[in-house]
Amino acid sequence: MSSIPSNLKYLDSHEWARVESDGTITVGISDHAQGALGDLVFVEVPEVGRALAKGGAAAVVESVKAASDVYSPVSGEVIANNSEALSATPELVNSDPYGQGWLFKVKPSNNGELGSLLDAKAYEKVIEEAGH
Amino acid sequence: MGFKTPLYETHVAAGARMVDFGGWDMPVHYGSQIEEHHAVRRDAGMFDVSHMLIADVSGVRARDYLRHLLANDVAKLKDPGKALYSCMLNERGGVVDDLITYFGDEQHFRVVVNAGTRDKDTAWLKRWAQPFQVDIEPRTDLAMVAVQGPNARAKAAKVIGKSADAVLGMKPFFSRQLAEHFVATTGYTGEDGWEIILPAKDIAAFWAALRDAGVSQCGLGARDTLRLEAGMNLYGNDMDENLTPLESGLTWTVAFDPAERDFIGRAALEAQRRAGVARKLVGLVLEDRGVLRSHQKVVVPGVGEGEMTSGTFSPTLERSIGFARVPAATGEQVQVDIRGKLLAARVVKYPFVRKGKALI
Repeated sequence: MSSIPSNLKYLDSHEWARVESDGTITVGISDHAQGALGDLVFVEVPEVGRALAKGGAAAVVESVKAASDVYSPVSGEVIANNSEALSATPELVNSDPYGQGWLFKVKPSNNGELGSLLDAKAYEKVIEEAGH
Repeated sequence: MGFKTPLYETHVAAGARMVDFGGWDMPVHYGSQIEEHHAVRRDAGMFDVSHMLIADVSGVRARDYLRHLLANDVAKLKDPGKALYSCMLNERGGVVDDLITYFGDEQHFRVVVNAGTRDKDTAWLKRWAQPFQVDIEPRTDLAMVAVQGPNARAKAAKVIGKSADAVLGMKPFFSRQLAEHFVATTGYTGEDGWEIILPAKDIAAFWAALRDAGVSQCGLGARDTLRLEAGMNLYGNDMDENLTPLESGLTWTVAFDPAERDFIGRAALEAQRRAGVARKLVGLVLEDRGVLRSHQKVVVPGVGEGEMTSGTFSPTLERSIGFARVPAATGEQVQVDIRGKLLAARVVKYPFVRKGKALI
């Protein structure tokens, strides 16, 4: 079973979002997603300053086998990305998807959007249903 | 639900991630595709390739039949056991499939063809068999395992037992039938090793014994990165029925001599050769960061455009490599369109990796 921390919010396309104490949002892909993709070999994260739309393609993660888009859980401006760590060691996304394998941070422009994200229970259901 | 090899339950029990491959439920990896890849380059790994079709060709005119059917010439097979890689072409010179032929004796040859094309191939083999009065027998009673890597032979020989002594020193591209095991020094990884055919009912026990002997289980994911590093074509990606061997990097597999040999597709290939082959298959190394994938557009400044046919991240070279079909006049530098950005790639001779060593 893959891990689904209860303090995070999720998209049904397998991204997670963590609301930090300063109100910014950290984004990554779930443990389930990294397991499905297999060994990651390349990660392309959005540049700082780029404006993202909720649900829009923001990053790309590539495993040996395939490339997948990562969608932004919220609208807002990119204020940081993890390119320094991930360009050398993209496998951090496999080994620590909720920690060192984070992808980018957003300053949200519409906090109302957070309410539409899935909680851990709802996301677990998404994975279970996809498995049948 | 797809077709299942006799090892299906074994793969599932081992925790393999199963995917559809040409209608078959096959393991793509058992945990880490990259670790499986390295196991083959550095030690020994094994692949279930029982989804491929083994067919025995027998009859007094078996050799004449194969000389007509195949673009390479089985007249080259003189020593019993010798193997030959070839394409099987349609009348337009397009590749119906690529396969390996093993020479048993004058009346018995064995061919191994791709899984995704097995029905089409069986029909094609039978279609041309009648005039030569040869018998085509699909051997669904058999299964096949590829054991590959620098330590593959030693580890597999221990499992096979005393009878394996006879094949330990066998040269590349040979085969020999032992008591139970048909052992061939062929493979799809660029490493030393064997492809072993044995009765389907015995394959699960053989697989388990190989695992106990320290041979790593490897999925089709690693098989693909290994074959690409080894510079080997994949049917359906790098060539198909609408492309000839001459535009697929496989000219070396076509035996135009002797001129009087009439093989299927010959006239089309000769016409193409006279007119000039407009495209070629080349190896590429991506110089910028990113990953080459099939179907990406290739831009050759001042010459034209082409397309990636295979691409991946090479675990051995730790950079992206691939094959592209490009205009014949393409030189050393090209650009590949990856998500709208033109990235620099260099044309290189392949194989990229052979027997664990980087060649580029």
